Amino acid sequence: MALLQAKEITMQFGGLLAVDSVSFHVDKGEIVSLIGPNGAGKTTVFNMLTGVYEITSGAIEFEGKEIHRKTPQEIVDMGISRTFQNLRLFGKMRVIENVLVGTHIRTKYNFFDGLLRTPRYQKEEAEKTLKAIDILESIGLGDKINELASNLPYGDQRKVEIARAIATDAKLILLDEPAAGMNPAESEELLRFIRELRDKGYTIILIEHDMGVVMNISDRIYVLDHGKMIANGLPREIANNPQVIEAYLGGKREK
Amino acid sequence: MKEKKSLNLLAPFESFVDKFKVPLSILVGAFLIAVPFLGASRVAMRNLVMIFLYAMLGMGLNVLLGYVGQVSLGHAGFYAIGAYTSAILTTTYGWSFWTGAIAGACVAALIGFLLGLPTLRLSGTYLTIVTLGFGEIVLMVLRQWESVTNGNYGIRSIPVPELFGWELTLSNGGFYWLILFLSTVTAIACYTIKNSNAGRTLIAIKEDELAATMMGIKTTRYKILAFVVSAFITGLAGAYYSVINNGYIEPNNFVFNYSIQILSVVIVGGMGTIRGMYFGSALLMMFPQVFRFLNQWRFVIYGLLLVLMMQFRPQGALGWQSTLPYKLPRRAKKALAEREKAKTVQ
Ligand SMILES: Nc1ncnc2c1ncn2[C@@H]1O[C@H](COP(=O)(O)OP(=O)(O)OP(=O)(O)O)[C@@H](O)[C@H]1O
Ligand SMILES: [Mg+2]
Repeated sequence: MALLQAKEITMQFGGLLAVDSVSFHVDKGEIVSLIGPNGAGKTTVFNMLTGVYEITSGAIEFEGKEIHRKTPQEIVDMGISRTFQNLRLFGKMRVIENVLVGTHIRTKYNFFDGLLRTPRYQKEEAEKTLKAIDILESIGLGDKINELASNLPYGDQRKVEIARAIATDAKLILLDEPAAGMNPAESEELLRFIRELRDKGYTIILIEHDMGVVMNISDRIYVLDHGKMIANGLPREIANNPQVIEAYLGGKREK
Repeated sequence: MKEKKSLNLLAPFESFVDKFKVPLSILVGAFLIAVPFLGASRVAMRNLVMIFLYAMLGMGLNVLLGYVGQVSLGHAGFYAIGAYTSAILTTTYGWSFWTGAIAGACVAALIGFLLGLPTLRLSGTYLTIVTLGFGEIVLMVLRQWESVTNGNYGIRSIPVPELFGWELTLSNGGFYWLILFLSTVTAIACYTIKNSNAGRTLIAIKEDELAATMMGIKTTRYKILAFVVSAFITGLAGAYYSVINNGYIEPNNFVFNYSIQILSVVIVGGMGTIRGMYFGSALLMMFPQVFRFLNQWRFVIYGLLLVLMMQFRPQGALGWQSTLPYKLPRRAKKALAEREKAKTVQ
């Protein structure tokens, strides 16, 4: 059984079919890339998967359970988390606090435990803090936990978003152009990190424009164009698919 | 994206205060407790009492405005509910101040919960207008519901608080110590809330509501929580106010103007900070007194100051971000230290 299964999902905005009857699946432990020219509908798919948009039709199943009628909060709770194409960090909070917010959904102590600093608070707060530090160290931000998120360079901010997504204990992580704004060295390092995540058992869906990155890291690739799924397969197959080449060269040039 | 560096001359002072938090607070604390023995005049004592009262009111609103980012123009309503509930219970039903005050705070919190419910449907500016209406409705009820509130005549002969048979008054320092105590407890509570899951959650919602939602935060629930906590603190402050006003409260003590005063404490002092509430309150209370000689011009000057502040220091006078490292929970610090040790042993 696939970890995630999207069955003919459609998203209509007024007259615009942003995503048109798209089906795909992701197995546990895979890195699956979603590619396509600007405006193809990639981010919209993420918004559908995470409950930001109510899908117009179709069905989405995660671990065999329907999720397309659930709230974003319920979906996070089930184990799907994401990053944003246009960074959405909590800018005036420190890096570690951003990641701690990610642990919110797994935090069991309540308001009064926090107010009165009960042993439950002490214990869990320490656990969560250590967890946040561990995640930040693994992603190479161990020395920046005290910085304000908005003071970090762009590439580091992207990493904080990934760390925050991991902190929710997600099984499936959706990364929307995580390497955008990174220099080649940073992006190389990020690739290594994403592979490490997979090796630890996470499953990843990646939206990425950099073909070098995509071909290098993906187990499988899906290609969207004008809201339609035009191809899917192994990186090698996609690279030589005439329809894909046509979509990329025929459409608007990518950044 | 970077903050403007130009006006950051406060930085050395900031880190100084941050660094010597503990000895400074002991020193200041000891001094504050000793104040009634220093022979200050009644007027001075009254001013001090009002400063601490408005600091507490500021902290109450701060939970809503500073943490979760919701503007309220009706906090005088919660203030009134706390004051009237406590005053009615102590005069008509013979409750003690202490139980009456807690009841006043709880009733305010309950009303805060009900007022917070529209967050399910409304947001931002619309909710602000609801709070504005709320303040006016409370006033109307106070004026019209004569059988309970005594209408425009207000409530008289509210007894002063008693502690083990000792009557607290302005002249024996009792009023002063009571508000010092209440505002300190409030400050500590705000501090622990801010440094726990709930506080982080509220601030995350203020920073980016969608991102907070995508972290699994039930934003509505937390906004209502902010309303409840904010109303509780404000109601408690109201109960206190009901006993220090020569045993007398009336609807005019809770008009719109007071909602604005509370708001300006938070904005001038520094949204989201606790220290700022004391400073904002002191400024608000002292300004009309110090600049009395300016007569009606003082309001112009005050307005001008507010505008300049918004322009050059929108985060408020003491609204700085701590430059110190994140304060790790004690046990986390210990665990990290042990890890370090293990590393060096290897
Ligand atoms: N909330 C919305 N309302 C109306 N139209 C939308 C909305 N969200 C997306 N669209 C439209 O849907 C189409 C797909 O957008 P989407 O952001 O998913 O593209 P994308 O593949 O992520 O592109 P990019 O590579 O530029 O990020 C675009 O035409 C966009 O304008
Ligand atoms: Mg996109």
